[in-house]
Amino acid sequence: MAAILKSNPKRRLSLRQQDARTAWLLLVPSLVVILGVTLWPIISTFILSFLNAPTGINQAKTYIGLDNYVTMIKDRTFWETIGRTLYFTVASVGLEMILGLAIAQLVHSHPWGWKFLRFSLIIPWAVPTIVNGAMWRWIYSADFGALNGLLMQLGLIKHYVPWLSLPNMAMPLVILADVWHMMPFVALILQAALANLPEELEEAAAVDGANAWQRFWQIRVPLLRPAILVALIARTVDAFRVFDIVYIITSGGPAFKTITITYLTYLNTFSYGKQGTGAALSFLISFFTLIMAFIYIRVLYRPEENQ
Amino acid sequence: MMLNRKIFRKLLVFLLTIPVFLFIFFPILWLFTASLSTQVELYAVPPHWIPQHPTFQNYFEIFFPSQAASSVPRTFAISILNSIKIASAVTIICIVIGSLAAYSLARIPFKYNRPIQLGILGIRMIPEVSLIIPLFIIASSLKLINKPIVLIITYMSFALPYTIWLMAAYFQSVPIELEEAARLDGCTRLGILFRVVMPVSVPGLVSTAMFIFLLAWDEFFYALIFTSTLAAKTAPVAIAEFVGRYAVNITGMMAGGLLAAIPPILVALLFQRYIVSGMTAGAVKG
Repeated sequence: MAAILKSNPKRRLSLRQQDARTAWLLLVPSLVVILGVTLWPIISTFILSFLNAPTGINQAKTYIGLDNYVTMIKDRTFWETIGRTLYFTVASVGLEMILGLAIAQLVHSHPWGWKFLRFSLIIPWAVPTIVNGAMWRWIYSADFGALNGLLMQLGLIKHYVPWLSLPNMAMPLVILADVWHMMPFVALILQAALANLPEELEEAAAVDGANAWQRFWQIRVPLLRPAILVALIARTVDAFRVFDIVYIITSGGPAFKTITITYLTYLNTFSYGKQGTGAALSFLISFFTLIMAFIYIRVLYRPEENQ
Repeated sequence: MMLNRKIFRKLLVFLLTIPVFLFIFFPILWLFTASLSTQVELYAVPPHWIPQHPTFQNYFEIFFPSQAASSVPRTFAISILNSIKIASAVTIICIVIGSLAAYSLARIPFKYNRPIQLGILGIRMIPEVSLIIPLFIIASSLKLINKPIVLIITYMSFALPYTIWLMAAYFQSVPIELEEAARLDGCTRLGILFRVVMPVSVPGLVSTAMFIFLLAWDEFFYALIFTSTLAAKTAPVAIAEFVGRYAVNITGMMAGGLLAAIPPILVALLFQRYIVSGMTAGAVKG
């Protein structure tokens, strides 16, 4: 049968064409939806970012070129917000990666109860972001919060503290909530990768006299690199556009101390009535995401790194 | 001597797990015990870690909202139902149309296969905030605000590319010999897909469905913008609304929040193995 197919190029070609037709047939429903809900809106957003567009459907929109971008770049609030977003991103992703790797390693060394530990790790990740945020907001509460209760019983504070009203505490507390929620994601990915590593290399290194510390940094971490990069990029993209958890824990307060770039976009678009500015800001977030996506694709499509 | 050292080491590693367990469970257990307290007991200083008069009143009121005194339980009951409806609809649509597209990309070589694959991977990463303004404008002009359908449609923007990506990775792991054999027997492409590939891909379809359900359940941004009435409000929006107000039934909200967390926690625990491989699949190419 295969021989017949090979000896008859005409029939083979038609099969191929038939295949291509089937391929498009299967793709069309999804492509239509994706074009409608992502590609068309992102292009509209891009166009909108060059318009002066007050909110309201019947408001006239005028072309103002790069004005939205220029105003944005000249605005001090914008740079402060970028700084704050980077603070959140670096701190929360950094902590999640370090704790995630440590916990993955801990599970991998199979202490008593390691299966239960692995089983439990998925719980914080599965809690919806908004429930997680509300939970931590209550934990930090000045009136009944568990944090105040705990610190008081340990004798560390004398009176309940309104934690979320302290300008320098609000952001670290949001970061803590995010770490509780997403650290398990990193830990689970890295634990799965650890479980797939070949053991021979490390055994050979041990025979050659490498100690545990050297084996960890010089063999295990390099082998984990693809998994680490994937977790790192996924978390960075997510953290840079954080909104939900900030909205629910602090609503941007106190005194704008926890406003992030997505939050600023939301405020411009839906509270200040400046859709053009909102579009420019959101396009900037997309641009950053696109760069991260590019790195991500490069990482994924390097064949020699896919074991 | 050697044995002692080994046991000592084991004990040391085991002790390290204790702070991890505390970190994982303390917040959620506190939330649970607090949701069993009465309002008065919640404000006790120092706190009662285990309520002296535990009551399931708050949960009871959500399940039987007609007997509730405040509007909190009723809102939760309805919004959790909305979440179930919307997340299920999104999951079903994504699985049906997304898996077809995924098969096409995973197994049929045609001219634009690779660019489309990369495009979908890139689109998966577009933040919702960059799409919201045009979507909002069109949704309001079509009078779709506060209708569940607007969330079902807009959730496709993140759920569909994700489905395609996960399912394509799964289809690539199906042995190609199966398909070749069917093809030699004279099966068409569609015949192969529905009679050979789909039946052996049920585990992949189930785990992808779970993943999409979790994503849709968790979504907040679109829901916040598009819904404000009980007709379509999802559980996250209900929680966010209550949390911002003072002097509402806090223990009732805690019970509602926990109930909203139970479906995803159960799904995640039951399908843990699949979900962890799903986390990596988008990632490490099959």
